Amino acid sequence: MTPNSETRGAPTAATAPRAVRVQLPHHLRTLARVPAEVVIEVGEPASLGSLLDALEARHPVLRGTVRDHVTRRRRPFVRFFACREDLSQEPPDFPLPAAVLSGAEPFLIVGALAGG
Amino acid sequence: MNKVRVLVGTKKGAFILSADGRREHWDVSGPHFAGWEIYHVKGSPVEPDRLYASQSNGWFGQIIQRSDDGGRSWNPPGSRPDELVGPDGMPRGESNKFVYEGEAGTHKWYDGTQHPWEFKRIWHLEPSLTDPDTVYAGAEDAALFRTTDGGKTWKELPGLRQAKGHLWQPGAGGMAVHTILLDPQNPQRIWLAISAAGAFRTDDGGQTWKPINRGLKSPFELPDPDAEVGHCVHRIARHPARPDVLYMQKHWDIMRTEDAGEQWTEVSGNLPSDFGFPIEVHAHEPATVYVVPIKSDSEHFPPEGKLRVYRSRTGGHEWEALTQGLPQRDCYVNVLRDAMAVDALDPCGVYFGTTGGQVYVSPNNGDTWQPIVRDLPAVLSVEVQTLP
Repeated sequence: MTPNSETRGAPTAATAPRAVRVQLPHHLRTLARVPAEVVIEVGEPASLGSLLDALEARHPVLRGTVRDHVTRRRRPFVRFFACREDLSQEPPDFPLPAAVLSGAEPFLIVGALAGG
Repeated sequence: MNKVRVLVGTKKGAFILSADGRREHWDVSGPHFAGWEIYHVKGSPVEPDRLYASQSNGWFGQIIQRSDDGGRSWNPPGSRPDELVGPDGMPRGESNKFVYEGEAGTHKWYDGTQHPWEFKRIWHLEPSLTDPDTVYAGAEDAALFRTTDGGKTWKELPGLRQAKGHLWQPGAGGMAVHTILLDPQNPQRIWLAISAAGAFRTDDGGQTWKPINRGLKSPFELPDPDAEVGHCVHRIARHPARPDVLYMQKHWDIMRTEDAGEQWTEVSGNLPSDFGFPIEVHAHEPATVYVVPIKSDSEHFPPEGKLRVYRSRTGGHEWEALTQGLPQRDCYVNVLRDAMAVDALDPCGVYFGTTGGQVYVSPNNGDTWQPIVRDLPAVLSVEVQTLP
């Protein structure tokens, strides 16, 4: 897949909180009792880490399910996608893509294909 | 007439089985938490509609759920019931924060090297005998946690891992606190068991612990006959009226102690195999004990394909097979360590669940059996509540 350079990590000039669409996997939806997609307000800096902070603040039951409580690292079988790119390995300060901040694209939290 | 409520944890959700005291006709509710592994569900002895459930999976980790209405509704717990759910109906709890106290340290790994402690899940929940908001939780990697606010927050009792924790080593099933027994006569005393580490006891409410494994023999795993830790204890059980008499299903061997664990004696007697997982004591007869023999540690199914519960009415040594109503051919299920329980009715009801998804009940001390359900996911745990 070709990286989408127009959306990936593009900086944003806005300072007002952005409404980011976050899609959750089935088990986290049922846990948090929300539909497949939730809208999360993200302030500046609008990064991967601040989005997860805002998601957990809005839905405390999700703390520890996406990131480890102590290390704050992504759990091993959780993946992050946006704009058709895998952002799972990106650091917490990675800027959210412009298309995610504009609401054109959702931010996806996905359970990895694992098991057997 | 009394009622019974059977709390079943499975590989893919929890189920609640309810019947009146005759224990003939059953209502089944579930799956609760569909798709999640439910290692254990247990109710508070002092507030039976208060239930706690351990919910986990490999993707999203550990959740603790609580019900205050006997399992009809569940929430990740807050400190008070009205804090469980916000005005928008969404859970407010953060009940899954299990963090080892201080420097987590290391334990022995499979290859003999030291390996950091890593929290994986809660295997067993043991509600207090006196306070519905206090619960003990047995963790993998092995540690004991306690909540005193109804499950909202959990704190480790780190003294347990000071009991030679650096020598503990996981077995094939991991390294978990899988059994927690509270003493109804002495609130400062708790027993617990850890697979591949052994049995332990505290006499000061959980601050300090000592291994209680004298008399256990594990010649293949532990050539040192005096090894204090490293024994693969699968389960311990006791009668509340005689808390110092404990029974143990070890990896191999059925054991008994008369002195709260200071010295154990083998009571396997005439069992067809003394390998197995659960062990349970009759509700009204402190010397009547139940086990389910399994062929071996290599072949986790009943000997000869016959599912048999064995009962001793003499505290061990002499065992009789209980087979009526249980499959006596082509049966190759297992019964896991937390998957057997007794009710408090007279005659005593005995229950167990299998990895084949059956939950069996005997309403008459084990004399005859019938399946309550046949086709659940693999059963991880069975508890029973006797209700007015």
